[in-house]
Amino acid sequence: METSTYHLRCRECGKTWANQPRSYCEDCFSPLEITYDYDSLRTQVSRELFASRAPNIWRYRELLPLPAGYQPSLPVGYTPLVSAPRLGDRIGSRRLFVKNDAVCLPTLSFKDRVVAVALANARSFGFDTVACSSTGNLANSVAAQAAREGFKAWIFIPSDLEPAKILGTQVFGAELVRINGSYDHVNRLCSQIADERSWGFVNVNLRPYYAEGSKTVGYEIAEQLGWRLPDNVVVPMAGGSLITKIKKAFDELILLGLVDPKPVKFFGAQATGCSPISTAIKQYSSEIEPQRPKTIARSLAIGNPADGPYALQAITKSGGWAEDISDHDVVGGIQLLAESEGIFTETAGGVTVGTARKLIHQDRILPDETTVLCITGNGLKTTDVLADKYQAEVPIAPKLAEFEAYLATKAASLPVFAAAPDSPTAAVA
Amino acid sequence: MSITIEIPTPLRRLTAGTPRVVCTAGNLNDLFSELDRQFPDLKPHLRDEAGETRRFLNIYVNEEDIRFLGGASYSFRDGDEVLLVPSIAGGSQ
Repeated sequence: METSTYHLRCRECGKTWANQPRSYCEDCFSPLEITYDYDSLRTQVSRELFASRAPNIWRYRELLPLPAGYQPSLPVGYTPLVSAPRLGDRIGSRRLFVKNDAVCLPTLSFKDRVVAVALANARSFGFDTVACSSTGNLANSVAAQAAREGFKAWIFIPSDLEPAKILGTQVFGAELVRINGSYDHVNRLCSQIADERSWGFVNVNLRPYYAEGSKTVGYEIAEQLGWRLPDNVVVPMAGGSLITKIKKAFDELILLGLVDPKPVKFFGAQATGCSPISTAIKQYSSEIEPQRPKTIARSLAIGNPADGPYALQAITKSGGWAEDISDHDVVGGIQLLAESEGIFTETAGGVTVGTARKLIHQDRILPDETTVLCITGNGLKTTDVLADKYQAEVPIAPKLAEFEAYLATKAASLPVFAAAPDSPTAAVA
Repeated sequence: MSITIEIPTPLRRLTAGTPRVVCTAGNLNDLFSELDRQFPDLKPHLRDEAGETRRFLNIYVNEEDIRFLGGASYSFRDGDEVLLVPSIAGGSQ
């Protein structure tokens, strides 16, 4: 973990900065990113080295911006990459995989990866308080990991968040501030607060470090495919960072000689009610127009995505595409993944599944290509969107006759019940 | 008529510590001209070589992104508060 192997660099003007809590270039306001000494890294890392370590994100520690001597205390990441043949049958892919961050530890979303890396740096920069603006998953993760690591936590959220995400933040003892406004309003307020207080805002002043944590999704996909890159990756987009970091991870693995070079197409998924990036791509525009979000996929509801221009670039340069789907299809996507593969994802995952289906129908993703869907969060956090989809069954007495009668009623009212290999939601999803 | 421009902390080194500017700018172009006049060092940070507002600089009027209000064509109203904020993503999902 040599600190000398990475530093901050402006993505636009190229000015370099020593490691510090800073997210944008003072010269041109553009975002800063971590860059590494790849020549030095090439001699330090190998497939065997990574494979010899415990299955969590820290196995890739040389490729993350971690302070010298940092000792992680949580086994974050290394979530399953599962083959998804039944979902593949339903949406038309014969080589489909799901990267399942619905079971990422400790708080069941991919945000655990970025927070882990951010807090490692918060400690070394001397912060005793960490903070974030969030639409929920990040709030949960910062609150939990702050508790674990002994930081005070301040969490800023839009006031209309799902109850499970609010409770799942408060339970860790974090200070929760609800803001009347959209995520974009919350984010703007946080950038002002970050200017005034010496707090480690994971997605403001610690953002360059935080964002690097997302690369571990890409490293894991490659390793889990046997150190090979897939043909296609479908990624949900909010701020647009994740898709660019998966691409960075693949590029780094090629650069370091850990995988064979090969083209990978990147596909972005959004909900139509908040689709600034997919709209720009579908209009062949290089400018991203901000939107006022209106979708049940609240975890993706960023109307002004700061990494949007980079997401757009990553997608179009790769030969990929972006699409968006209705809220109705978001719910269908959640149900389809659950019924076909036993994975319960939140609304963002519904967006990914529904969008992948659309891209396959458009022949942008072909059936025999290896395609990975990134599922980034857990369905137990957004059960409200399914509230009207299932009826509470009337209880019966513990008697066999009652059960037989129940079956008869059920078969009469639901003709497909007896036949059921393909459920009614197939048509919906 | 007057409006208030809030200068973000990191840029105050270029405004001799001034945290806010009260002026009579009628639109975004006037606003930039006024800032240029008062703080010549600030100019290259807000606009690129072609004179366009830097891509990652967000401008808010009261609580609203100026792009929702018509951008450069928006006419400021008496009492408007203008915020200059670097664009920061993430946190959602």
